Amino acid sequence: MQESLGVVETQTVRLFTADEPFTTTDGDTVGPVDVAFETYGALNESKSNAIFILHALTGDAHAAGLHAGDTRPGWWDSIIGPGKPVDTNRFFVICANLLGGCQGTTGPSSANPATGEPYGLDFPMLSVTDLVNVHRALLRHLGIGRLLAAIGGSLGGMQVLDWGLRHPEELANAIVVAASSRLTAQNIAFSAVARRAIMSDENFKQGRYALAGVSPDVGLAIARMMAHITYVSEDALSGKFGRELRPNKDKPGFGIDFQVESYLAHQGEVFLERFDALSYVYLSRVMDYFDPFAEEGITAAIEGSPLGWLVLSFDTDWRFGTGHSRRIVRWLEGAAQPVTFREIPSPWGHDSFLLKVDRYHATVRAFLDRALEVGL
Amino acid sequence: MKLRSDLALVRDLVPRCSRVLDLGCENGELLEALFAERQCRGTGVEIDPDAVLGAISRGVPVIELDIDRQLNQFGDKSYDVVVLSRTIQTIRRPESVLQEMARIGGLLIVSVPNFGWWGHRLRLLRGRMPMSKELPYEWYNTPNLRFTTLDEIEQLFVKCRLTIERRITLGIHGDRRHGLDAWANWQAGAAIYALRAA
Repeated sequence: MQESLGVVETQTVRLFTADEPFTTTDGDTVGPVDVAFETYGALNESKSNAIFILHALTGDAHAAGLHAGDTRPGWWDSIIGPGKPVDTNRFFVICANLLGGCQGTTGPSSANPATGEPYGLDFPMLSVTDLVNVHRALLRHLGIGRLLAAIGGSLGGMQVLDWGLRHPEELANAIVVAASSRLTAQNIAFSAVARRAIMSDENFKQGRYALAGVSPDVGLAIARMMAHITYVSEDALSGKFGRELRPNKDKPGFGIDFQVESYLAHQGEVFLERFDALSYVYLSRVMDYFDPFAEEGITAAIEGSPLGWLVLSFDTDWRFGTGHSRRIVRWLEGAAQPVTFREIPSPWGHDSFLLKVDRYHATVRAFLDRALEVGL
Repeated sequence: MKLRSDLALVRDLVPRCSRVLDLGCENGELLEALFAERQCRGTGVEIDPDAVLGAISRGVPVIELDIDRQLNQFGDKSYDVVVLSRTIQTIRRPESVLQEMARIGGLLIVSVPNFGWWGHRLRLLRGRMPMSKELPYEWYNTPNLRFTTLDEIEQLFVKCRLTIERRITLGIHGDRRHGLDAWANWQAGAAIYALRAA
């Protein structure tokens, strides 16, 4: 019953121009803003079956299906497709690369029309609300007034939360997976080390590396290696590698001796091919500052216009563990929202949200099936 | 929709348009009825994974947590009504759960099986542990951890400073019992209490 979407394509649309730029919550402007997005399935006549997919820190618009010539499907193909929990036979699914990204949507490495050169560190500081506002502009462009659901994991879940809190009239349901409403000091600390690795790489050149024809590969790879450790559980790493040495390793040295080192080095290496250092610096900072419930009166909108919330965490996630999700649930509960919460047992840590974990998928399926029954 | 008879009695105790927290909501049957028939809103709490999924499918918001340890998740006076239906005998710390319920809600509705029913007493006299339609388990596979009679649970209510607003007693087959109040601890298979903090 479950199959793949087959071949899909990324489209790009210019949602803001130099003359009519996007304005950030801090009052800075960016224009033009191009947005890369993909859609799957068909929008029904009443436009009541649209689901928006919000991606995490290093995701992109290619959530499911295959790009022509590729063998690896999109990053969330496990949950999106015909017969899958986000069933493209019944839902119209939209996924867009976020503002500040580097996979088709305007970001700090895009050309600044004022100079013709990449923005670099002249790109404005962003907030989760800014990312959401660009998604909202895409939704208007597509002629959709209200979503049946928005769903995202990690930074994607943070965007869902922000969207639901500020514009509840635009969402019937919000699914927030392995996310946080406020990073802890430990989260920010990891984020700081990643940024330091990138920005102190001699090839970072104050963010003007593209002009110099170089890139801070060492720093970006270190950032990714470290982040990757936080995405998986200790047990998952032990199970996969234990203390196994690489083949033909007979005496200790300072190279890649252990299998886990080889794995991390590979993770860092492949990341360089698909991600940009400036995007990493900007978007990690977006996460650090996210704290919507600290705003006076933030729950007023949802109190007037409640929406259905599904909040999920994974028991071995130590990046955004269950405590982060429980905090979200407490706030939503306090605002009298209909909230469903589950802590899903899964050995894989934070990355579980990308994987096919049966209880997790069954929950999303049941929630979305019900959402479709009830409608907008 | 035909609601299980004891749940129908609980439903009738819930004022219209209340916000209801149902602890041990199973698959959300009671809340679904309260939403549809009494314009209520609310949330279920359940720990059995299949039941949680059932509640989600019914469109009942449900929070998967351990009633014994995690009711601090809910804010003070955040619900009008807190229901604990046929669950108190399965929890480890009924006293602190009752106190938490009083903190979270205004009206508390608690239903309990009565271990003091005469049939149980007879079984005990014959040297056997109580078993009945209400308590169908063997001692080694029962989910029930706490065994109380109506007299004793009412003493616990007093200790928790809860006033009994109403008591409905049921016969051993779950039907409503109309006997003398004084005989309830002998005759009732179970009871449903409506309580408020004194």
